[in-house]
Amino acid sequence: MPRLCALCSTQRPILKRPKTGQQICKDCFFYVFETEVHNTILEAKLFQPGDRVAIGASGGKDSTVLAHVMKTLNDRYDYGLELFLLSIDEGITGYRDDSLETVKQNQKEYNLPLKILSYNEFYGWTMDSIVEEVGRRNNCTFCGVFRRQALDRGAAMLGVDHIVTGHNADDVAETVLMNIMRGDIARLGRCTAICTQGEDTIKRSKPFKYTYEKEIVMYAYFKRLTYFSTECIYSPDAYRGHARSFLKMLEAARPSAIIDIIYSGEACEVGEEATKELKERKTCKRCGYIASNDLCKACTLLEGLERGMGNAGITDRGRKQLEASGPTPDGLRTIPFFQMNASTPTDATSSVTTSGQGSGARISPVVDVSAG
Amino acid sequence: MSEDQILLKVEFGGGLELLFSNEKKHALTLPARVPADNSTSPAPSEKETKPLDIAYLIHWLRDHRLKERAELFMENDTVRPGILVLINDTDWELEGEGGYEIKDRDEIVFISTLHGG
Repeated sequence: MPRLCALCSTQRPILKRPKTGQQICKDCFFYVFETEVHNTILEAKLFQPGDRVAIGASGGKDSTVLAHVMKTLNDRYDYGLELFLLSIDEGITGYRDDSLETVKQNQKEYNLPLKILSYNEFYGWTMDSIVEEVGRRNNCTFCGVFRRQALDRGAAMLGVDHIVTGHNADDVAETVLMNIMRGDIARLGRCTAICTQGEDTIKRSKPFKYTYEKEIVMYAYFKRLTYFSTECIYSPDAYRGHARSFLKMLEAARPSAIIDIIYSGEACEVGEEATKELKERKTCKRCGYIASNDLCKACTLLEGLERGMGNAGITDRGRKQLEASGPTPDGLRTIPFFQMNASTPTDATSSVTTSGQGSGARISPVVDVSAG
Repeated sequence: MSEDQILLKVEFGGGLELLFSNEKKHALTLPARVPADNSTSPAPSEKETKPLDIAYLIHWLRDHRLKERAELFMENDTVRPGILVLINDTDWELEGEGGYEIKDRDEIVFISTLHGG
């Protein structure tokens, strides 16, 4: 007797769900995949009707599927959201320029407005030129810090209320493991939050927080969604790579491991003792972005690059060396001043050149990967 | 096609094709019976044999089609955790994984989930 789908009992199953072990058919798979994301969105009350929401789009599997699912759910359940695609061009020849072609294709397929912001226009440096200057060591630090700020600034330019990213259950579980292995209890306490937000700031959330990578890839495969899948050509985050391999081995032995690790992270209650070491939040004196020192991380990194001291923003020692080497010279390239809480949506095509007192976004110090 | 040969299609996705000369699709003809120990070099005829299965195919692909970094494709005699396998558009976990006996004109897809973006 042929096996039948555990949900509809009529069709032939095509997939074994890692989360539940159920064998389900293609139609039921699409339905449960989309409905689980919908339920996650409802339970966390992520959106309000009329919200302007940017999908952080890299052209990779996660954000390609996220764009598809957000568009589908917004239509099906009448969320009333205005959706945008927001992409960051880090300036990595042969990597990001190719993946942005995928995003442009998504733009056409889903008929969503697309905004691409480049490191070059914000910082005056591309990742190619940064790697030329500082080598492959630490270049991921530049990329991560620059991307986070560029995404926030891009969101402000689009006048959106909310950025959704494609971080999936595997990414969250990986981050839980990494925070445990680093003894970073403060971050462990907040890395499972679906949503990070402070007052007057751009919300960030992860609608795929409970969605397995396996199912995202299967969904893309069965829906014939095209995505870009090349590893970044610069050195990968080795520590995360180990955490990822370890997690995949755990998953192979016991597929519920991923959701179980997320649950463990959520269940951890972190005492005030552990979080008080997080530095007080300040506003960057130079660009108005959130900072833990007088200058934000991006401004420190940029000044280091401009003054030929690439590690100034990497280590405390580097920063002290930079400070000791004299005041900031005039005419240095800096990041345009940041105003986060623009009350009216700005023209999406204009660049951010406004000055004034930015409120400073609350940026959670969660260790995020650049999910695709 | 003679009865002792099996014709099959193999496809790579999710970045895995980069290990295979950047070729996504491969049409293969493999013997219907293969060495039971998965060795893919010409075998002495007295070797114990088994029907062509996915486990053998994985070894054969590594030995004859893979161009670089075998450790990104295989681990512990099977595909590396994080690589999805589909047999005629069905999750291999429903088909017996490596033990699935390949039939003429089967289509096998390998997709890496490990590449970010």
